[in-house]
Amino acid sequence: MGKYIALTGAESAAFAMKQINPDVVAAYPITPQTPVAMKFSEYVANGEVNTEYVTVESEHSAMSATVGAAAAGARAMTATASNGLALMWEIVYIASSMRLPILMAVVNRALSGPINIHGDHSDAMGARDSGWIQIFNENNQEVYDSFIMALRIAEHPDVLTPAMVCQDGFITSHSVENVMPLTNEQVQKFIGKKKFKGLITADKPFTMGPLDLQDYYFEHKKQQHEAMKKVFAVVEEVQNEYAKEFGRKYSVIEEYRTEDADTIIMGLNSVMGNVKTVVDSAREKGIKIGAVKPRFFRPFPVDYLRDLLPKFKAVVVLDRSDSFGAMPPLYSETLAALYGIENAPMIKGYIHGLGGRDTNLAMIETVVDNLQKLKDTGEGNLTFEYLGVRE
Amino acid sequence: MTETKKGWKDLPIGGNILEAGNSQHYFTGTWRTYKPITDLDKCINCLQCWMFCPDNSIVIKDGKMDGQDYDHCKGCGVCAAICPVKAIDMIKEEK
Repeated sequence: MGKYIALTGAESAAFAMKQINPDVVAAYPITPQTPVAMKFSEYVANGEVNTEYVTVESEHSAMSATVGAAAAGARAMTATASNGLALMWEIVYIASSMRLPILMAVVNRALSGPINIHGDHSDAMGARDSGWIQIFNENNQEVYDSFIMALRIAEHPDVLTPAMVCQDGFITSHSVENVMPLTNEQVQKFIGKKKFKGLITADKPFTMGPLDLQDYYFEHKKQQHEAMKKVFAVVEEVQNEYAKEFGRKYSVIEEYRTEDADTIIMGLNSVMGNVKTVVDSAREKGIKIGAVKPRFFRPFPVDYLRDLLPKFKAVVVLDRSDSFGAMPPLYSETLAALYGIENAPMIKGYIHGLGGRDTNLAMIETVVDNLQKLKDTGEGNLTFEYLGVRE
Repeated sequence: MTETKKGWKDLPIGGNILEAGNSQHYFTGTWRTYKPITDLDKCINCLQCWMFCPDNSIVIKDGKMDGQDYDHCKGCGVCAAICPVKAIDMIKEEK
């Protein structure tokens, strides 16, 4: 094990990429992802990696070049945020349907407009049906560890599906924290040699990305569907190995002080840091509250939630994105997962932090109060609202 | 022209096609609405149909035109249109 170094969230992603030493990286700068690509290009310029860095003219080209490289058999990566991810859209789907194990650092940022450069999850949530694995991360250490593990998950022969490693724009990406990286040798040993074959590395020539009409497309979608179902088995295996080798234990759903909790707050990424702080102070007042943080949104951990959530009486779900005219994504999918379960908890949703609005401790304390009312009286059950919006 | 297509468990992933020259195994003849029928007595073997056929479906035997490969002919009618002696008729396909 190495020692602590000070890295921003963006630098944590770049540092993990450096230690993986991918064959090809193609990325285009966009705030707040820029420091990922910037830092990585520094490693390239300094000769610290053997990576071919492709300076593309847009995110559409970034993902296209990454797909091309991965199809050739390269370990290929990119990074983006917000409108950059939106501009990639077409190729994002092609990457997953061609079953290319690409890694992408996604620094979550609001989608324009009105134009906004700060953190929310509308970019990644928009891509939730694109067939990519989505890993959400609370802090810089998690970003780093997820990146190393994501490579193993994406490249697993049962999976062969690209993965986004998400972190919150600015809140995580531009904040410096102590991160304990592995050594280069540990990373290389853990990730191993790539096993997937591309057009150049395969033993004999084959065709990728051909026309796929009514008579075959359906079967290929079913294959993607089935590959996603196998992800969590692989995740468990990789997480266990990571814990055994390096002593850092991750789980599909992180639980914080849930053991005797009757209420919990659930959410993704950096807000869960504040939630844990508020849980601690509420615990001091004798409130039996905990926090639950899914680390994966795709695949969605349905079975895990069906096992876990009935232990609680009431649940609040925090979404950092809206689905206008519908229920927000984490809330609606949690509701769907709980349907028909005996002893399902009461549940309420909040849309918070859009466009990087700070979800501060006072706001979460309000949530705790309302959560206790929900538990005691059922008030607000099956509703969702904006948290802290000005009337 | 019947073929059993593989299911999702057996197909290569991602739409990959592992063998070269596989278009021969893909029977585009099923798409046809009009079928070219050649009167070989009228045919002068100029082979313009062979040159113009976009799907390589004109059958040549001993250097002479010998009708169409109906497994792959899509019935576009280019051969009938180009034929200088009108030896090819396009007949509605009986389904």
